Amino acid sequence: MEFCLSEEQKLLQDSVGGYLASVSTVEKIRETATGDEAMSKEIFDGLTELGVNSVLIPEEHGGMGMSLLDAALIQEMIGRHAAPVPYLANAGMAVVGLNEAGTAEQKEVLFPKIATGEARIGIAMSERTGAREDAKVTLEGGTLNGRSLFALDTGSATDFIVCDNEGGLHLVKADAAGLEITAMGTIDNTRSVGELKFSGTPAQPLSSENEKGLAASKMLAAGRVLAAADTLGAAQMMIEKAVAYSLERKQFNRIIGSYQAVKHMCAEMAAGLDPCHSLLWYAAYAADAIPEEAELASMHAKSHISEIGTMCARKSTEVHGGIGFTEVLGLHFWFKRIGFNRQLLGGPTSIRAEAAKLQFG
Amino acid sequence: MDLKLSKEYEDFRQEVRDFCEKSKDQMPGPREIGASDPKRQAWQKLLIEHGYTARTIPKEYGGYGAEPDVLKSRIISEAFTETKTLGGLSNQGISMFVPTLLELGTEEQKKRWIKPTLEGTHVWCQGYSEPNSGSDLASLQTKAHVEDGMFVINGQKIWTSGAHESDMMFCLVRTEPDAPKHKGISYLFFETDNPGIDRRLLPNMTGAASFNEVFFTDAKVPMDQIVGERGDGWNVCNATLKHERGMLGDPNAAGTRLKTIIDMMHEETLDGQRLIDNPVYRDRLVQLQAEATAMQYHGLRLLTASIKKENPGLSRLIVKLQGCELNHQIASFAVDLLGELGVLYGQTPLVRNNGTWQFSYMYDLGLIIGGGTAQIQKNIISEHGLGMPREPKVGQPKPAIPA
Repeated sequence: MEFCLSEEQKLLQDSVGGYLASVSTVEKIRETATGDEAMSKEIFDGLTELGVNSVLIPEEHGGMGMSLLDAALIQEMIGRHAAPVPYLANAGMAVVGLNEAGTAEQKEVLFPKIATGEARIGIAMSERTGAREDAKVTLEGGTLNGRSLFALDTGSATDFIVCDNEGGLHLVKADAAGLEITAMGTIDNTRSVGELKFSGTPAQPLSSENEKGLAASKMLAAGRVLAAADTLGAAQMMIEKAVAYSLERKQFNRIIGSYQAVKHMCAEMAAGLDPCHSLLWYAAYAADAIPEEAELASMHAKSHISEIGTMCARKSTEVHGGIGFTEVLGLHFWFKRIGFNRQLLGGPTSIRAEAAKLQFG
Repeated sequence: MDLKLSKEYEDFRQEVRDFCEKSKDQMPGPREIGASDPKRQAWQKLLIEHGYTARTIPKEYGGYGAEPDVLKSRIISEAFTETKTLGGLSNQGISMFVPTLLELGTEEQKKRWIKPTLEGTHVWCQGYSEPNSGSDLASLQTKAHVEDGMFVINGQKIWTSGAHESDMMFCLVRTEPDAPKHKGISYLFFETDNPGIDRRLLPNMTGAASFNEVFFTDAKVPMDQIVGERGDGWNVCNATLKHERGMLGDPNAAGTRLKTIIDMMHEETLDGQRLIDNPVYRDRLVQLQAEATAMQYHGLRLLTASIKKENPGLSRLIVKLQGCELNHQIASFAVDLLGELGVLYGQTPLVRNNGTWQFSYMYDLGLIIGGGTAQIQKNIISEHGLGMPREPKVGQPKPAIPA
């Protein structure tokens, strides 16, 4: 019995975190968020060099064959530094989907490209967590029709994995004929989402295994764990920023961090978020080691960490006072990232409804 | 990361389970659980012999004498819970006084008091809090002066759990009135039927009474019934805090309560609809489940840190605040599920589960306040976990406004 991170995992987190601390500065985030590029190529290339894209790729395909927990620890660091790069969809969900349902050839072609950053896979499966605007994608005679909203990483993707209305998975080239990509502007400019419109778009099915939607469910569960990890990292950073600011800012001749009203807000954030590390570790570990608990665990992690993350985002901003509400400090990048993650792949209320259905019918 | 138990521990779990199953006939019944009941004391002896209580207390003082092993302690407590087996005696003598003596008592004191305390011959209560000294315990004012070679105690304690059922008390009193607040306290112990001691039960809002007010009027205590030196009582009472001795709470307690609630939601109906099918109640249930899961694994993280002898820092400081709050919310949810049925209390028609949920709702609020209020916990978390400063004391001269 040992419920803690291994020395290797701590090292991995330190090296990714250390790198991101040096490059994903507020200036860099601001530059990407207000610029025309969908991601920071510099940070993406740097992370690729560290090998983070290949942690979930099996060793026989040249990857590291590591666990979802390792990917989650990386994602936590990406969230911590609000790094404007794709990871969750590309190195996470897409690799899980290909591992589960990809053909030998698809894996052979795509895994090396994902590892080197040459291919970046976006994911279109928002409708699986509840369709808005009656959006849906249908498969007719080997081609896709319809539309999918809130597709992930539309600004930087070279390919997409698209989930149809029956849970079937399909590979689509970003430049495929009959595919129209429209960017959707969200609160969070550190990641890109968009609408995909399909009209007779040629698609390559992932193998028949996915007909029951099992592979799609696994991708979704992995995506939720990673989104929770991103929020965990971002919320942890917001607590640290709040504490640091409270120890500098003076009012009535005292640092505001000496007032109990402020201390108690910080304590509430820390007390709420600290057990979230354990919840995340459990959910990520379950994906590989306790498959019968993995789906429910991913739902608990995503919904609970979203709730606590939102609480931290709000309280940290309040500790900062008026300047936290402005764009001056860049605190809003973390606030918005947490707000975006909260709704991504199912908001807390709708995930809890799913979790209840899973358990009680 | 590995949630499986090794063979040694799996075997140990089986051994404990077997004991629980085999020994059921020797277990005291509900009316035989008082510490002075002979059947209870025989059961206690049996548990000590097997190392299922007083496990790490040295043999020479009446314990089992095992090396501390938090995982084994956890396995014992889980196996006893799941087989509904009565565990070892628990009172503040066993949880607080014995570890204090082991740490700082004289050899004579250890020989004289530990064994009868473990066996239930002596039952102890703890005299710490006073009406004006709760969160700020070190400001306590109950005094003892020396007269004819005896300590003579005057003053009042409050929140003294179990004083009415205890024959002994360990107590913090001010013996050095001229010393600074933390240096003037001594740790004394004495019989509760001492003629100068008056114990009065203090019923709480649940209608039950578990703690007392204790009044001292010239209560005389021999000078050698002190642990540590005169004036060193504050250090003595804090000495045991740095040792854990397997005293982590059951991290699955919230999950167990939720399972009971889920059963209830399958049975109870509202307008003919089962509560488990009501989407609003489902939402609240799953919210609490997620939180209970987080605290359950948080408990495993702390257990692992304890096994590896690592300091978990902030992670330990949050447990009282979060754990008590979660339990209170679970009880509150259960009462809401029952609606008007949830306010039924005592022996009355239609009451569910003897009014347990309403009792818990009130009792758990007491736990949020007792043992360091939620607000004190937040001070501890922010100061010791996040490195934020203490609030300056009022009444100090105002710093000059910088020019």
